[in-house]
Amino acid sequence: MATAPQMVTANRLSDGAVVYFTSAKSWSENFTDGAVWTDKESADTALHASEEAVKARLVIGPYLFEVAVTDAGPKPTSARERIRADHKPTFEPDQGSWTGPIAG
Amino acid sequence: MALLQHGALQPNSWRFVGDDAAISADEPVTVSLKRWQAEGEILRGRNALIGVRLKNDEQALALGEDVHRLALIEIEFPKFTDGRAFSQARILRDKLGYKGELRAIGTILRDQYLYMTRCGVDSVELPDGKPIDGYLAALKEFSAWYQPASDGRPTVMELRHPANANARRGGAPLVTASVAAHSA
Amino acid sequence: MYRYDEFDATIVQERVEQFRGQVARRLAGELTEDQFRPLRLKNGLYLQLHAYMLRIAVPYGLLSSKQMRKLGYIARRYDRGFGHFTTRQNIQFNWPQLGDIPDILQHLAEVEMHAIQTSGNCIRNVTSDQFAGAAADEIEDPRIWAEIVRQWSTFHPEFSYLPRKFKIAVTGAPDDRAAVRVHDIGIRIVKNEAGEVGFEVWVGGGLGRTPVIGVVCRKFLPKEHLLSYLEAILRTYNLLGRRDNIYKARIKILVQATGGDKFAAMVEEEWEKIKDGPLHLPQAEIDRIHRYFAPPAYETLADIDPAFESAKLENPDFARWARTNLVKHKVPGYAIVNVSLKPEGGAPGDASADQMDLLADLADEFSLNELRVTHHQNIVYPNVRKRDLFALWQRLKAAKLATSNLGFISDIIACPGLDYCNLANARSISVAQRLSRHFSDPRKLDEIGELRLNISGCINACGHHHVGHIGILGVDKQGQEFYQVTLGGSSKDDAALGKIVGAAFSEDDIVPAIDTIIETYLANRADHGERFLDYYRRVGMDPFKEALYGPATARRPAAE
Repeated sequence: MATAPQMVTANRLSDGAVVYFTSAKSWSENFTDGAVWTDKESADTALHASEEAVKARLVIGPYLFEVAVTDAGPKPTSARERIRADHKPTFEPDQGSWTGPIAG
Repeated sequence: MALLQHGALQPNSWRFVGDDAAISADEPVTVSLKRWQAEGEILRGRNALIGVRLKNDEQALALGEDVHRLALIEIEFPKFTDGRAFSQARILRDKLGYKGELRAIGTILRDQYLYMTRCGVDSVELPDGKPIDGYLAALKEFSAWYQPASDGRPTVMELRHPANANARRGGAPLVTASVAAHSA
Repeated sequence: MYRYDEFDATIVQERVEQFRGQVARRLAGELTEDQFRPLRLKNGLYLQLHAYMLRIAVPYGLLSSKQMRKLGYIARRYDRGFGHFTTRQNIQFNWPQLGDIPDILQHLAEVEMHAIQTSGNCIRNVTSDQFAGAAADEIEDPRIWAEIVRQWSTFHPEFSYLPRKFKIAVTGAPDDRAAVRVHDIGIRIVKNEAGEVGFEVWVGGGLGRTPVIGVVCRKFLPKEHLLSYLEAILRTYNLLGRRDNIYKARIKILVQATGGDKFAAMVEEEWEKIKDGPLHLPQAEIDRIHRYFAPPAYETLADIDPAFESAKLENPDFARWARTNLVKHKVPGYAIVNVSLKPEGGAPGDASADQMDLLADLADEFSLNELRVTHHQNIVYPNVRKRDLFALWQRLKAAKLATSNLGFISDIIACPGLDYCNLANARSISVAQRLSRHFSDPRKLDEIGELRLNISGCINACGHHHVGHIGILGVDKQGQEFYQVTLGGSSKDDAALGKIVGAAFSEDDIVPAIDTIIETYLANRADHGERFLDYYRRVGMDPFKEALYGPATARRPAAE
């Protein structure tokens, strides 16, 4: 059964970092390494396979999310997954991580 | 199911009997609150111990004075996140003055065991084969308590102000010797 | 401020060891994530979008300079060099590693800090008035009671697996700066007709999915009964709060479903049975805690300080900051200083490790070693001599900590939002940045006047948007970020929840929409003295709807 293309993602247990499930059944921080599943059965199979890494205490909470397949490759469709794929907030804080010298 | 009590695994001689099942004359059984309320007199008439298994949405206060006729009350933690039975335990101990065995059944994590004993629980039912050293270690994780509970342990406030402590103790009933012994 | 005795220190230290054991068991596979989650939440550890987040408790917002310095150390050593101050007076670090958490907690324990119960279905950090002990309008210092409640609620064996989280706030002045009416329990210090000081207890307030103003559960509660009364409320909630639906599990739902009067009667019945038991507060303990909050040794000073006055005349920027960021102190010659963590284009409430170090040093030099964290995500120096204000301002200014915007539109309160948070629908920090840049001109701020603007990235409302004069709520429309606007909220004695103005705005349209709302107000208010909130209360929603969406006849029904 065809569905929107999906990918499996989770967070790494040790540091909470975003990771993606690859076709080699490994985990990569790079969104572009994530395997894209275009039908429900293979997506569900992949999600099930990702549970191994949960048992092995590598990742937590794997889930499927939707991607769009474009000429430039797959892209996340939701704002949330776009931000996750960047591994950091979207802004450069003017002052949040200011570490300059303190004058006078 | 295994029974953890007095710091060790104990044989469990009790059996829960459903509302419609027959009860023999001589085994210790627990029944539902409903059955107790309907057949309490008959059940007490047997030559065997009787207890009640409370569901965690039932009112502990409904047992009233009957608590003094029971040898066992079981309270339930159906999911470990459901903490209603902690309050039932305290009501049974503090308000009704229950002195018999108070047993926790259901899903009991070792990280809750200490709180259960503080609320007056004597014994917990565990899955067969579950190691108990984690549970016993959990009891030793803390040595000071801010708030009074149902276990008779002195509170930080009492230790800070000993004169007040002696005056206050006259009021509230302390819990059974079994709880105090098992939590030492 | 309160200092741990051997008992407090032991309890915190034992908790660190307990969590160290729990982390080890998790990493060894003896605990699944489902089993570990409630345990780590009760130690303030969340899993967020990109990483874990550790929420550290700042009890009733009070920090010593030593503690602030330690927070800077943790930011530097274990995180990415900054932290975020929250709307419940806590601090959050966004990038800690799981294995480091026990060590972080150990460092915190060394300065009498912890992350106990800052999350999970238990009693959370007790918050209070950021000006406690210093404000001119205070009846009595609420921090004494906040500390007493903190101890009673810590590792309470009966109330650690509640239906849902539980938040308590205490206020000591008629002007409620702790938003007690939108807490699960709100405690107001009041005087009865006989002139005795006691508590008015509110229950069942809250924001989030179903925002509601609380009800008075007891009009007057004598002080010695505070803990037994709270125990009665919590026991009633623990037994009867809903457990079938996490969106209906707060005490506010129980109070609404039961009816305020009936709920109060149930609590009273429970309380009658326990009020003279061991929870009765001995005067000795009240006195003991009271002593920790004794006023510092203030100097005897004239209220007018010539150096301060002439500095204002000579330096217009300083004069402006003095006008906007200072609050009257109860002691002559002193001032309460608000340090804004909302610089133009900044992430609201964030401070770098260097800034934390500086804030600590300045506390030592100018504020008797003490700081406060406010509900509006700013910092307070509660006890600064007027003659030191100019020197303090200069040091703050050099570190981008002297923005003169307290209570103005650019003093934005915002949750971390979709940039950090797993629960969010939309980003809040980027909207805050754009708004603060748009409204950066001090003359514009003055022209607009007092305006509370709150941004929440989702319906959980950690940005408290419901009680903003203008509230912005992030919503999700087919995976894209949209923003709903509310008007007319207030968290103070005139507590009110904002009303939705109409259809949500896209990311591109939200700042122009806020601008339109402000321009509508400026063009039509009675005079400069009519605040935005008062103007809204006078004219209602229609002028704003019309300005944003066009005349009523031409408008499509709002599609939220």
